[in-house]
Amino acid sequence: MTAAQQPIIRAVGLRKAFGNLEVLKGIDLEVAQGEVLCILGPSGSGKSTLLRCINHLEVPYGGYVWVDGQIIGYDLQGGVLHELPVKRLRAQQSQLGMVFQHFNLFAHRTVLGNVIEGPMVVRGLSRPAATARAMDLLEMVGLADKAGSWPAQLSGGQKQRVAIARALAMEPQVMLFDEPTSALDPELVGEVLEVMRRLADTGTTMIIVTHEIGFARDVADRVVVMIDGEIRETGPARKVLANPADPRVRSFLGRVLAQPAEAKD
Amino acid sequence: MTRANPPLSADTLPGPDLPVRGRRHPWRWIAGSLVLLLLALLVRAFAEGNIRWAIVGEFLTAPVIIKGFVWTLLITFAALALGVVLGFAFGMMRLSANPVLRFASWLYVWIFRGTPVLLQLLIWFNIALIFPTLYIPGVVDVKMVTVMTPFVAAVLGLGVNEGSYLTEVVRGGILSVDRGQVEAANTLGMTPGQTMRRIVLPQTMRLILPVLGNSAVGMLKFSSLAATIAMTEMLNAAQRIYFINGAVIELLFVCALWYLAGTTVLSIGQYYLEKHFGRSHGGRA
Repeated sequence: MTAAQQPIIRAVGLRKAFGNLEVLKGIDLEVAQGEVLCILGPSGSGKSTLLRCINHLEVPYGGYVWVDGQIIGYDLQGGVLHELPVKRLRAQQSQLGMVFQHFNLFAHRTVLGNVIEGPMVVRGLSRPAATARAMDLLEMVGLADKAGSWPAQLSGGQKQRVAIARALAMEPQVMLFDEPTSALDPELVGEVLEVMRRLADTGTTMIIVTHEIGFARDVADRVVVMIDGEIRETGPARKVLANPADPRVRSFLGRVLAQPAEAKD
Repeated sequence: MTRANPPLSADTLPGPDLPVRGRRHPWRWIAGSLVLLLLALLVRAFAEGNIRWAIVGEFLTAPVIIKGFVWTLLITFAALALGVVLGFAFGMMRLSANPVLRFASWLYVWIFRGTPVLLQLLIWFNIALIFPTLYIPGVVDVKMVTVMTPFVAAVLGLGVNEGSYLTEVVRGGILSVDRGQVEAANTLGMTPGQTMRRIVLPQTMRLILPVLGNSAVGMLKFSSLAATIAMTEMLNAAQRIYFINGAVIELLFVCALWYLAGTTVLSIGQYYLEKHFGRSHGGRA
């Protein structure tokens, strides 16, 4: 891995609550350029919320996220965070490629249409230019022959690979994955992880919320384990997974590692 | 009742290639024959009844009737277009983050869905009693009676009324588009306007097209209400003729035939539109 030391993301004291339920209790997190970070943790631990706060799909009530020189969603002036105009927020968000658990492919666009939508509408590329680049990306995820298909005609694994290509088409600085294989049939998990593995090999900065412990061990430079809205353990994948210091992390990992990976959702 | 056959012995079962004789359906034949008989009686009743079919045939293509039908179509499409525009505008307002816009949308639906469309037509037609002149500084300054012709009143009355129904339909359609579609558009960097126009509304269309088709068919028929405000659409034209020649039923039948033709064509158009918007889902809407 090419884990350069240059930080590209820093979350500072993130706090988020849904009603009375405090989901993030002040999260500090740093991700380096080119790093692959896996966020593990039991259901309801706040790991998806953390990811969605990083790209401002959820707005934290405390703290903020810094990405490569800018604060997401805000302009810092005189010690005050001024909300950005939506257009500038969206420009920031387009630099944080997002892959969702349930794919969220545009149902009324073909596979190719999904991948060229962002580049054409947001980046102003011409259709031929966007299409050429999109075909390269579809080639990379192994779905060039499905360019004309509708999302409804694809398997879950194919949908997720299209979703990855769609996010990459915006040439984001960071890729965020929110449980990308949790909604897949067990036999389709591998093809998606394989694409992600290749992406990691190209030096893409990736933050992955996942239950795939095996993938985390093989691919992640570092893992973070969240429990009850707090980061309880962080460090190199092998070290954390083999020898966690925190007793609650140990009990969580014990439960997860005791079962085959595909049995969990 | 037939007696059950004796149990088949496993040792003496025949080979697999047995012919199959289908179940009989005597009640289908009986019910079908009965309905056919009733239909035949109905046809005979109308054939022998007091209708001069020759007059129906004669007026079916009379220029006055055709002209009336063209007006009927014009009212239908203009009012439907107005209704769709208003429906989308107020439907989106209903879901706005701005409470004032939400309230305005609610008020619109409350008023125009809550009063009879015939009453609304009469009010539009007589609106000069409230506002004798139409005056917008620097734009228009005319007498209301010259603006509010029967045609304009009919289009406004039917269109604004239809819009109030479609507001609810559009609101429901937008809400039924998965939230994840919007999130995906957001993370690609699309602005709220782009997301609405390119992602949400096209998917809303697929969901509300069946309703829009119903609206078009309904509108074609409701346009006949304009006869009451002196609009010479088809029904009004027919009435003017039968007041003179007394062929009431004949002319009403002429209208019925034209309305049926119109609604049939609309239904066919709806089929192809739904096919177009449903192509991402295997051609079904």
